[in-house]
Amino acid sequence: MTENELAQKSNQYRQRILKYIVGANAGHTGGSLSCIDILNVLYNYTLNVSPQNFSSPDRDRYIQSKGHCVEALFVVLADKGFFPEEDLNTLCKYQSHYIGHPTKKVKGVEQNTGALGHGLPISVGNALAAKMDEKDFRVFTLMGDGELPEGSNWEAALTAAHYKLDNLCAIIDKNSLQITGSTADVCNTDPIDEKFESFGWAVKHVDGHDLKALKEAFDSLPFEAGKPSLVIAHTVKGKGVSFMENQISWHHGVPSKEQYADALKELSEAL
Amino acid sequence: MKKYTFTEKKDTRSGFGAGLLEAGRNNPEVVALCADLVGSLKMEAFIKEFPERFFQIGIAEANMMGIAAGMTIGGKIPFTGTFANFSTGRVYDQIRQSIAYSDKNVKICASHAGLTLGEDGATHQILEDIGLMKMLPGMTVINPCDYNQTKAATIAIAEHHGPVYLRFGRPVVPIFTDADQKFEIGKAWMVNEGADVSIFATGHLVWEAIQAGEKLAELGIDAEIINIHTIKPLDAEAVLKSVAKTRCVVTAEEHNRLGGLGDSIAQLLAQNNPTPQEYVAVNDSFGESGKPAELMTKYGLDADHIVKAAQKVIARKG
Repeated sequence: MTENELAQKSNQYRQRILKYIVGANAGHTGGSLSCIDILNVLYNYTLNVSPQNFSSPDRDRYIQSKGHCVEALFVVLADKGFFPEEDLNTLCKYQSHYIGHPTKKVKGVEQNTGALGHGLPISVGNALAAKMDEKDFRVFTLMGDGELPEGSNWEAALTAAHYKLDNLCAIIDKNSLQITGSTADVCNTDPIDEKFESFGWAVKHVDGHDLKALKEAFDSLPFEAGKPSLVIAHTVKGKGVSFMENQISWHHGVPSKEQYADALKELSEAL
Repeated sequence: MKKYTFTEKKDTRSGFGAGLLEAGRNNPEVVALCADLVGSLKMEAFIKEFPERFFQIGIAEANMMGIAAGMTIGGKIPFTGTFANFSTGRVYDQIRQSIAYSDKNVKICASHAGLTLGEDGATHQILEDIGLMKMLPGMTVINPCDYNQTKAATIAIAEHHGPVYLRFGRPVVPIFTDADQKFEIGKAWMVNEGADVSIFATGHLVWEAIQAGEKLAELGIDAEIINIHTIKPLDAEAVLKSVAKTRCVVTAEEHNRLGGLGDSIAQLLAQNNPTPQEYVAVNDSFGESGKPAELMTKYGLDADHIVKAAQKVIARKG
C-alpha cells in the first residue's frame, strides 16, 4: 500500500470512527482519533494478521491496552474484513457484541481489555510463550499515556527486560491528555523514555501521525537485540478535526449532528 | 461413626508441590509462575525437573496474573503460586478481567490461606478469598483438606479447562484421605453417613469435623459428615440429599462466615429446602498472631465448636 493510500485510509477511518460514535451516542472520540494512524500502519503494513490467518499460532499479536478507544480498533478490523462494517451500527447497543471495550467475541480481537494497566502484562505473557515455543511472531500492545501510572505496567516493564523479550513492542499513544486534564498535571510520567530505558528497554520517539515514520519505526524492530522495544508515539488527541484537537472535553464527547457534519466536511476536504 | 486414623502429618502446600510435579510430568503444557515464594509453595521439585517451564516473576503479583493470562496462548496451562492473600485480594482486577472474564485456563494456586498461617498475623491471614473468588463467573473454587487430596486436586485441575482457584495451607495436618485418589471436581466426598445432622466441611475443618463426629457419637448423635472440597461448582445434589434426611446443617470452614462455604449452602437451601443452619466460621473479623491451634480455638474453628453447633442446630429442628 502506498503512503498516499495509507493516508486515505486514515482519513476514512476517522470518518467512520465519528460515524459509529454518533450512531452509538457513546465512545471515546479523542483517543480513537489520536491512535488511529498507529492502528492503520500496524494492520495495513506491519502486522502479520488477517482474517485468513487469525487462527494460526504464528500470527503476530496485537493487544489494545487502552481498550476504551475500541472504536478505532473496530473500524480497522472491519476494514480488514474480520466482520461486516455494518455490524458497527450496533456499537454499544443492547445485545451487541460490539461493546464499549474490546472483547474476544468480536473476530479479530485478541484479548479482552478495559481496566487499564492490563495490556502490557498480558503481552509479556504472550511474548514469553512465544520464546518458550521458539516462535518468531511478535507481540504489540498499545497503551495510553494516561494509564502509565498503573503500577502493573512497571512490574511488566521489569519482567519484559528481565526475560529479554525483544519480540515485544509496546507503543504509547502520547496525546498528553486524559479525562481529568493533562497527563503532566494529573500524574506526570515524563520523561517516559528515560524511565523505560532505565528499566532495560530500547526506546524510540516518533510522530504518531507520520505514517512513514511509524512504518520505519516498526520496520526497525527490535530496536536492540535482547531488549523489549518501546515506541513513544507523539500524537494529538482528537487529531484531524480542528475543533476536537487537544480538547479534554472530546475524551468522551459525542458530536452533535452539526458538529458531526462539520467534522466530516473538514475530513473530506483534507482527502 | 466411621473410623479415620492417620500415621503421618504433612502440609497441604506440600501436596500442591507434589501434584504440580506430577501434573508437569503428565502434560508438557503445564508451566509454573511464582512471586518469590518458591519454598513456601513447595515448587522446588517442579523447577528442578522442568527449569525451562518455570518463570520467577518476583514480588509483582498483578503482573504475574497478567503474564499467566498471556501465556495461555498456544495451549499452555499456567499455574501461579503465591500466598492466598496475594493470589486474590491484591490482584482481583487482574483475575477478574484478564483471567475470569477472558476465560483463561489459568490455575491460581494459593497457599497460607486462613488463620493457620499463624504467626505472621492478620495482614497475611486472608479469610475473604473464597468469597472473592466464587463471585467471579466461570471460576472454579477448590479448598482441599489434606496432603493427598491437595495433590490429587492439583493434578485434576490441570486436566480441567477453565480458571481455577486452588486454596491450601501452611501447617502440617493429618493425612487421612487415600493416597493416589482420583479427585473429581464438584463431587462432594461422603466422609460419614449419619441421620441426625449434616456437617459440611471444607479444608482444614474436615479433620475437625471428623473429631467432632466421634464426640457427637459418644453423645448419641449420628452425624453425617460431607467434605465439600469444591465450593464452586457446589455439589447441590449431595447437599440436598443429605439435608432431606437430617433436616439440619452445620457448615465448617476456615473463612469469614460472610461469603464462604456456609453462604453457598445457605443459598442453595433457601431456594430448595429451607433448613436450620449453624456456621462454624470466623465471625466477620481479621485474624491475629499465634499458633494455628490457638487461633483456631479462639476463633471457634475446632471440633468442640462443631459439636456445640451441631447440638444447637439439632435443637432448632422442628
